Amino acid sequence: MNAFDYEAPQSVDEAISLLSAGNGNIGILAGGTDLIAQLKEGRKIDLMLDLKQIPEATALSFDEDSGLSIGAATSCSKIYSYDVVKNHYPALVDCTSLIGSIQIQNRGSVGGNFCNASPAADTPPAVIVLGGTCRIAGPNGTREVAAEDFFSGPGQSVLQSGEFLISIQVPTPAANSGAFFLRFIPRNEMDIAVANAAASVVLDSEKTTIQEARVAIGAVAPTPLLVADAGAALAGKAVDDEDAIEAACAASRAAARPISDMRGTIEQRIHLSGVLTRRAIQGAIQRAKES
Amino acid sequence: MAIKKEDYLGIENYKVVGTRPIRHDGTDKVTGRAVYGPDFHLTGSLYGKTLRSPHGHARIKSIDTSKAEALPGVKAVVLGKDLVQNYEDKVSDLGESSVDLRFLIANVLAGDKVLYDGHAIAAIAATSAHIAEEALNLIEVEYETLEPVLEVRRAMEDDAPLLHDDLKMRSLGEETDQASNIANHFQHKQGDIEKGFEEADIVIEREFATGTVHQGYIEPHNVTAHWTENGKLTIWCSTQGPFEVRGQVADVLGLEVGDVRVIPQEIGGGFGGKFRVYEEPTAALLAQKTGKPVKMVMSRTEVLKATGPTPASYIKVKMGATRDGMLTAAQAYMAYEAGAYPGSAVGAGAGCIFSPYSIPNSLIDGYDVVVNKPQSSAYRAPGATNAAFASETVIDEICEQIGIDPLEFRLKNASKEGTRRADGPVFLRIGQEEVVKAALAHPHYSAPLEGPNRGRGVAAGFWFNGGGTSTVVASVNPDGTVALVEGSADIGGTRTSVAMQFAEVLNLPIEDIKPNVTDTDTIGQTDGTGGSRVTFATGWASYEAAQDVKRQMIERAATLWEISKDDIVFEDGSFRSKSDASKSMTFKELAGRVNRAGGPVVGRAAISGKQAGPAFALLIVDVEVDPDTGKVDILRATIVQDAGKAIYPGYVEGQMQGGVVQGIGWALSEEFVYNDQGVMVNASFLDYRMPTTLDMPMIETVIVEVPNPGHPYGVRGVGEVPIVPPPAAVANAIYRAVGIRLNELPMSPSRVLQALWKADGSHGQAAD
Repeated sequence: MNAFDYEAPQSVDEAISLLSAGNGNIGILAGGTDLIAQLKEGRKIDLMLDLKQIPEATALSFDEDSGLSIGAATSCSKIYSYDVVKNHYPALVDCTSLIGSIQIQNRGSVGGNFCNASPAADTPPAVIVLGGTCRIAGPNGTREVAAEDFFSGPGQSVLQSGEFLISIQVPTPAANSGAFFLRFIPRNEMDIAVANAAASVVLDSEKTTIQEARVAIGAVAPTPLLVADAGAALAGKAVDDEDAIEAACAASRAAARPISDMRGTIEQRIHLSGVLTRRAIQGAIQRAKES
Repeated sequence: MAIKKEDYLGIENYKVVGTRPIRHDGTDKVTGRAVYGPDFHLTGSLYGKTLRSPHGHARIKSIDTSKAEALPGVKAVVLGKDLVQNYEDKVSDLGESSVDLRFLIANVLAGDKVLYDGHAIAAIAATSAHIAEEALNLIEVEYETLEPVLEVRRAMEDDAPLLHDDLKMRSLGEETDQASNIANHFQHKQGDIEKGFEEADIVIEREFATGTVHQGYIEPHNVTAHWTENGKLTIWCSTQGPFEVRGQVADVLGLEVGDVRVIPQEIGGGFGGKFRVYEEPTAALLAQKTGKPVKMVMSRTEVLKATGPTPASYIKVKMGATRDGMLTAAQAYMAYEAGAYPGSAVGAGAGCIFSPYSIPNSLIDGYDVVVNKPQSSAYRAPGATNAAFASETVIDEICEQIGIDPLEFRLKNASKEGTRRADGPVFLRIGQEEVVKAALAHPHYSAPLEGPNRGRGVAAGFWFNGGGTSTVVASVNPDGTVALVEGSADIGGTRTSVAMQFAEVLNLPIEDIKPNVTDTDTIGQTDGTGGSRVTFATGWASYEAAQDVKRQMIERAATLWEISKDDIVFEDGSFRSKSDASKSMTFKELAGRVNRAGGPVVGRAAISGKQAGPAFALLIVDVEVDPDTGKVDILRATIVQDAGKAIYPGYVEGQMQGGVVQGIGWALSEEFVYNDQGVMVNASFLDYRMPTTLDMPMIETVIVEVPNPGHPYGVRGVGEVPIVPPPAAVANAIYRAVGIRLNELPMSPSRVLQALWKADGSHGQAAD
C-alpha cells in the first residue's frame, strides 16, 4: 500500500472543492469495505477523501412526503436497524442485512455499494424496484439520477469528475405494495451473488390484482438491470396468474446477458435470473398482501 | 439387530483421563494474549517480501534487481542462486512426507524455471513492508512462457509438456530412463483380481475427479529469522514440526542442524500444511545479508497460491460383490497431482481406499504426477478423502443394486483383527465393526426424512494414524506442581491431553501440571504434530515420564525415611511405607522435600517406533437439494468414530466436527480455479469457498472406544479420519434426494444443476 493524504471535509462544499483541486487520484471513503481492500490489492491513490464528517452523508431520515433519505455513507446496519426501514422498506432490510458479515455491515454503506458499481452489488436491485434516486453533488450543484440509470458498466457510474454521491432517496411506498430482494450464493453468507433479483408490486385494494410492478436483476449483466418487460408482464394481472409470472421470469431471462466466470456460468445465471425473479415476485406479493 | 452399548464403548475408571478440564492455553487464546508468529517482533527487524511468478509455467530468461536495490529503504535482495548450490541431493524429511532436496530448494526460490503461479523468484528485505512491496514492482524479470499442464490426465499424456527435464519415471519399484511428468507408478496386489470379479454377481466401475483444495488455516505462514554473532541461526515461526523446519532450513542453506534453533510460536491451524518450509530459508538469507532480524508474513493470496494444497485427483474404481452382499474384488486406478514437484499423497490414498473392508482380491495402481500447481502437501488424512469419495460411492451403488442396507453391507464386509490390507499390513484389534454398529444404533439413522428433495447418505473412512518419536521432560517443583516440557506444537489442545496422561499416573490435579511447548534446543527430537500422533505418542512419552517421576519420588522417600524403596507404594496420590503406616506423604509434601533429599526430581522419556492404532469413522448425513438452483443444504450430520480411548472427549468431538466441516467444504464448494494460462483466479477466501457456520448444522458425534492394544490408555489418533467420509456421504445423500450420482468434486450448485438438467433432459427452461 502506498502512502497517501487523508482529508475529512466537514461539508458538501468543502468536499467539492477538495475534489476539484486536482489532487491526483482520489479515493472516496465511506465504510472502506471496498476501497481499503482495493488499496491492499495495489490500487494507488494520492488522496483519501472521507465523507463521514459531512452530516448529509451519514444522515438517515424519513418524511411522509419525500420518503426515505439514506446518506451515502450511512452504514448498512444503521439502515436495517431503523424502525421506518424495518416497517416500510423490508426489501432494504433484505439486501443490507446479507452483505458480508455483521462487521462489514457496520462499516459498509449503500452509497459505497452503488459507487463501487460491481455488477453483482446487492443493494441496487432493491433500490431500483423501490423507485429510488441518487442525489449527486458536484461543482455545478446537485442533480438527481434514477437508481437504474446510475450505472454505466462494471466499476463505472455516471459520476463525473468532481462529483460524489451524497444520498439515496427512496419514495414512500404506495398503499397495498410490497417489495422483496434475494440473491443466489453457493454458501449461506459471506459471498458474492451469482445472480440476484428484486421485485416490487402495488396491488389493488382487494389485493387480488397487480396494478403495477417493477423487477430488477443483478450479477447477470455489466450493470444492475431494471427489467421493464417483466414489470409490464405483471401489470393488470391477478396475483395468482401463473402465466404472467412465467412471462416476467422469461423477460428476466431474456434481459440477462451474463458472463461465465468462476462464480457461475452463462447458462446457470440466465436460469437463475428466472428462478430468482419468480421468488422475488412471490415474496413481494406476499408482503403486499400482509401490508 | 439389537446392539448393546457395551459392544462398542470401552469401560474404564480413570480420575483424569476422560474428563473435560479447562485447557491450559484456553484463556490466553480466547482473550488474545497468546503469542502467534506474526505477533512476535524483534527490535530493529526488517520486513521481507517475496516476488512471485505471475505465470503458470515459464522459463526465466533474466532477472534485474538493480532498480529495486536502489530504492531507499531496501536493504537486501536474494535470488535462487543465493541458496546452497553445491550439495548432494538427498531426501529431505517433511514430517508427513518427504521431498528430494533439489526440489525443496527450487521451491523455496526458483532456479531457471517457474512451475506455478505464485512460485517464489526473489525476496527483498526493507525497512518497512510497504517499501519491500514497492521494491518488488521494480524487479525486472524476463520470462519465456510455456504451456502449463493443469490436470493430471493431461499431464500423463505422451505429448504433454514436461515440467522437469531431469525427472525420470519410477515404475513398480524400478528406476527408468523415461522422462515423464509421472514421477512414480506403484502397485498393490492381493489375491487374484480376475477370479474375484468372476465370483461377483454385480460389478460396478466408475470414474471420479476431485479438485485441488487447501487446508485453509486462518493464520498465514510467517517467520522471523535472526543470526547470532557466532553464526548460529534462530527461527521463530508457525509450524507443526519445529524439528522438520530445522532440518529443511539446514539442508537448504547448507548448515548443520546444530547451527539452527527453531522456536515455534502458537499456531493458528496447520492441518498438514505447516511442515514444509517456504519463506523460512529466505528470511534467514535476508537476515544473514543485512545482519538484522528479518520478519516475513504471507498474505492470504500467497498462502493459497504458493503453499501446499492437497492434490486434485483422477480415480477409477471397480468393485464386485455377490448377490448376498459380500465383496469379492476391488480395483483402483489412482492418479494424484503432486503439484510442481513429486510427492503427492497417492501412496497414502492407495493404502486407505479399500481398508475399511475385508476384500480377498484387490489391485491398486497409483501414479504420482507433476502438474503446474504448487507442490501439494499433507492435508488431514492426506489422500484418503479423494480415495473414499470414489470407493464409498461405488459401494453405495452396489448396495442400491443388490438392495441391501448400506450400513449392513459395511458391517458384513468390515475389516477386523487379522484382515490384511491391500497394501500389505495385517490389522491388530480395530474398531470398524463397532463403529458401524454404533451408526446403526444411532437414532439419526432411523429418523424419518420428511419433505421432498431430501436424502440420507452414509460413508466410511479409514486412516492409518502415526507413531513416531516424542520426548517429554517433567520437573517437579517444590510446591508440587510439575513443569512438563514437550516438543509437540499444540494444534488441537494437546498440551492438555498430554498433561492429562501425566496427571493420571501421579493422581495430580490437571491444573498442577504446566505444559510447555518448547524449541529444538531445549527438548529432544520430537516429530511434528501430524498423523494424529501427538495424543498417542507424546501422550505415551508423558505417561512414561510420569512413571520416571514416580520411581524417583519413591527413591527420595526411601532416602528420607531411611527404608528400602521396595517398602514404598504410591496409592491414591500418596507415598506410603508398606510396613510402617506412620510413614506417608502426599505428592505435594514429598515434592517440597526432594531437593534436599537427593536432589530435584526430573523425569524424562523419549519414545520411538510405537505401533499406532488405526482409526475408522462413519458419517451419516442428510441433505436437501434445491432443484431450481442446485444448492445442497446439510440438514443433519452424525459422525461416529473409534478414538481408542478419548483422553479429553471434548477435543475428540471437536476434531470429529472439524474434520466433517472441512470434508463438507471439500464436497460442496472448495476448489482451486485456474485459467488456461495456469493463473489461479480465486486466491482469496471470498472465492475459495470454505463453509461458514451458517452452512453447517450442529454436527453430532459418537465416540466409540475400542482400545488400541499398543497404548497405555488405549489411545488411537483422532484428528484426521473424520475428514474422509464426508464427500462420499454427501454424494450418496444427493443421489437419494434427487436421483443423480455426481462423480466430480466439488458438487457445486452449477454441477448439481447440470446433472439435474442432464437427467431430466431439460436445459434450465423451467423456472420453478
